[in-house]
Amino acid sequence: MVKELKIIGKSTPKLDAKERVTGKSVYGHDIELPGMLHGMILRTKYPCAKIISIDVSEAKALDGVMCVITAADVDVNQIGYKRDHPIFKSKTVNCNRDEIAAVAATTKEIAKKALSLIKVEYEVKKGIYNPFDALKEDAPKLNEFSHDKFGNKNIGESFHYEHGNIEDQKKLSKVIITKRYETSRVTHCCMATSNITASYSKLDGQLTIWASTQVPFLYQRDVAHALKMEPSKIRIIQPIIGGGFGSKLDMLPFEPICALLSIKTGKPVQLLYSREEEFIASPTRQPMIIDLTTGANENGKFTFREVKITMDNGAYTSWGATTPFVMMQTYSSLYQVPACSFDAKAIYTNNPFAGSFRGYGNPQATYSIETNIDLLAKELGIGKDEIRLINANYKGEITGQGLNFKTCGAIPALKKVIEESKYSQRIKSQISNSKSQESGRYKKGIGLASMLHVGGGAKIYRSDGCGTRLKIDHYGYLTIITGSNEIGQGSETVLAMIAVEELGIPIEKIKVINTDTDVKPWDVGVHASRTSFVAGNSLLGAIKLIKEKLNKQAAKLLCIENSDFIYQNGSMFHDDKEIKIDKVVREMHFGLPNELCVVEYFYEPPSSFQDKEFKGDVSGNYAFASQAIEVEVDTLTGKVKVLNVFVSQDVGRVLNPLALQGQIEGGVATGIGFALTEEMIYKNGMLLNPNFHGYKLLTSMDMPDVNFYPVETYDDAGPYGSKGVGEAPLIPTAAAIANAVADAIGIEFYSLPLSPEKILKALKEKTINKVLSI
Amino acid sequence: MYNMVEINFIINGSKMTKRIKPSTLLVDFIRDDLKLKGTKVGCMEGECGACTIIIDGTAINSCMYLAININGKNVTTIEGLGTVEKPLDLVQEKMIAHGAIQCGFCTSGVVMTTKAFSEKCKNEDKIPTRDEVKKSLEGHLCRCTGYIKIIDAAEAVYKKQ
Ligand code: FES
Ligand code: FES
Repeated sequence: MVKELKIIGKSTPKLDAKERVTGKSVYGHDIELPGMLHGMILRTKYPCAKIISIDVSEAKALDGVMCVITAADVDVNQIGYKRDHPIFKSKTVNCNRDEIAAVAATTKEIAKKALSLIKVEYEVKKGIYNPFDALKEDAPKLNEFSHDKFGNKNIGESFHYEHGNIEDQKKLSKVIITKRYETSRVTHCCMATSNITASYSKLDGQLTIWASTQVPFLYQRDVAHALKMEPSKIRIIQPIIGGGFGSKLDMLPFEPICALLSIKTGKPVQLLYSREEEFIASPTRQPMIIDLTTGANENGKFTFREVKITMDNGAYTSWGATTPFVMMQTYSSLYQVPACSFDAKAIYTNNPFAGSFRGYGNPQATYSIETNIDLLAKELGIGKDEIRLINANYKGEITGQGLNFKTCGAIPALKKVIEESKYSQRIKSQISNSKSQESGRYKKGIGLASMLHVGGGAKIYRSDGCGTRLKIDHYGYLTIITGSNEIGQGSETVLAMIAVEELGIPIEKIKVINTDTDVKPWDVGVHASRTSFVAGNSLLGAIKLIKEKLNKQAAKLLCIENSDFIYQNGSMFHDDKEIKIDKVVREMHFGLPNELCVVEYFYEPPSSFQDKEFKGDVSGNYAFASQAIEVEVDTLTGKVKVLNVFVSQDVGRVLNPLALQGQIEGGVATGIGFALTEEMIYKNGMLLNPNFHGYKLLTSMDMPDVNFYPVETYDDAGPYGSKGVGEAPLIPTAAAIANAVADAIGIEFYSLPLSPEKILKALKEKTINKVLSI
Repeated sequence: MYNMVEINFIINGSKMTKRIKPSTLLVDFIRDDLKLKGTKVGCMEGECGACTIIIDGTAINSCMYLAININGKNVTTIEGLGTVEKPLDLVQEKMIAHGAIQCGFCTSGVVMTTKAFSEKCKNEDKIPTRDEVKKSLEGHLCRCTGYIKIIDAAEAVYKKQ
């Protein structure tokens, strides 16, 4: 039996919603410190060139300029996950983002003027913008700091994984399908552009940084390494963050640069990206070329998956190069897969480097797999819904990679979207009546896709844990000091809800402190949809401890045996006795033997590290989801309209329905953009559309209805049985849309986005082929 | 030196006189001179709507507007919606209740557009259709919510008033 709960499971508005809706929240852009200077960065004019000379003398002489720095002025370490990235470039530039100099001035106008006075002489070189060109024998070494570990000078990172016997499985296969899939480069488009304010005090050598990072403790370490400082001398404060989505995982050069400007001038310095700079110099999703072969036997059971992934690493290595960790889970374990072989390589080019983005490689992987599944079903002549149900993951399954599905909502989620979307009545390619031969301009179709993602954190760093400190004051107010962060996803609110549930303290009397590394305990950061899971479990552990304290004190005051109390409305109850929490705490503080009502707890998820072969149960639990999406293709313009989205997701248990639905809708919207409209267009390493005019985000007019059906599987590992939810909703969206478009017009596409031009071209070719074949 | 000009205007209910450079953008004037930081900047190109404020009843992108043009006009920013007695406007209440806020960076602009549109509808005594509501919000980009909750919140405003 699942326990009835008081507030968990009920829609609760965000704790800070009032601040945000009245414009009172202080984002990084809103910070103003006394004497603050404005920093700006000069970036390269060419994506690939030798730097002959840099002359900053005129910029330095400009009134109001306090400092100009280049590589020659600073003593720093290289940054990035592979430490292959100098923060200032002095000899060569290798991509369009490269930083050459930075200025700090009294106003933004002066800073801008100063940049225009810096003279840089380049010797332009022919760059390499295609990863396959970079692999050629005669290609130059593109990153001089790469480690040359993988048999080719331009391979920055490489992964190999396998399970089962591919050759045996090939023999058992009735159909085998091989396709190459390509995904485009898209970017986060956080509505608040990247920003940082840094303030260094020469008096005590203390550096305070207001930074929009998702991972403050890793960030503190990274800044310290870059600047050759002691990490504990650096205090990271997170202002309100205007969107994260994975973009704030890597520390980028502008961050230590801003700190350096403050160190050099002794004044606070703020550096804000313009939108154009945001497009050019903030992270992107890793573009991939995926060569996938899959097989199935005559009963429709999958036999094997063999995949080779070529990732464009760009000029330097970011966290984006580690997306194969997530992708190999999808290839090895989304549906039952008897054998799998996975290779992924990140290849240096002169394109910008990527980064992490909500889903972490999984949308790309899922897109390729789910499109291939439709092809297998077609070849075998079985239903596209049926083939998925035959192969779906199940409770108790331990996959080839060692993921242990102690709970699993894959089949219920699939069945739900199939049923609600009336998939089998709508899918054209499977209905042979005349309706399927509809003529006319608009053609409808429906597509199906599923996904698997970590739901209980992911052990990739040495600790995937989270610390919590709790304090109840003698007025009965609770302060939760948590290692975790809020980036708009609503985790603060979930924590407060958990405290209300367990301690009966009203939500107005709960404060969450989570923005200051000098105050809060360790946590690895917001990623892998982990926050509610890890921080929630940590909080529950701390609550247990504080209850023990309160119970003991209350029992003493009520002269009863130490025992359990019921917590409600700020009071504790035992049989017919009641005592207020604030009174208990007062007695604790002021009565002998005076003690504090303070506890701390550290939660480390029960997940394990992967072994050298990348096998192991990396997450506390796993999330499953399916989507069925209906589209309409305008055959005259090539435009795809998404009509209806059906989402069913195994969330373990619903904690806050309002916030959950918001995560689902937001994720689906980003997924639709990835499928249809978003693409960063580069020509020889330069971005051609660095603005919202050329880079098309969805608007309110494009958003379809989203029908959401949560599946509750009550997983023992998660708080109240819950699982992580944040990334899942965008993962299968592009795949389902691609399948729907194929169903609508009878043409399969193997690259994203499905732009009107691409669709028109394919329709034209189809007509020509038809004519030719008559 | 710059040629400064004097402008007179009403901002959030108070009369004000200021001397400004004629080239000053309204959004910079609001954020940097008046220190009203609730108005946000997302693009400076008229594409995102984060900087939306209301001038004489009409919602405009303050990044595409020169500050001198508010001379003689009545300007409302997000800070001007609530009052001391009633700190939240109906629009703000509905945004909260419908979960329309995630990171909140687009929220000020969305609220101002919804406020202006709701006043217009009230004057014309009409309740807009869902499609009209969607259309009214077309100029706002939001990366977090997928718009649905924003549209729901706005609809709830029009139905209530
Ligand atoms: S900042 Fe004005 S529209 Fe984007
Ligand atoms: S709530 Fe984040 S951009 Fe709209």
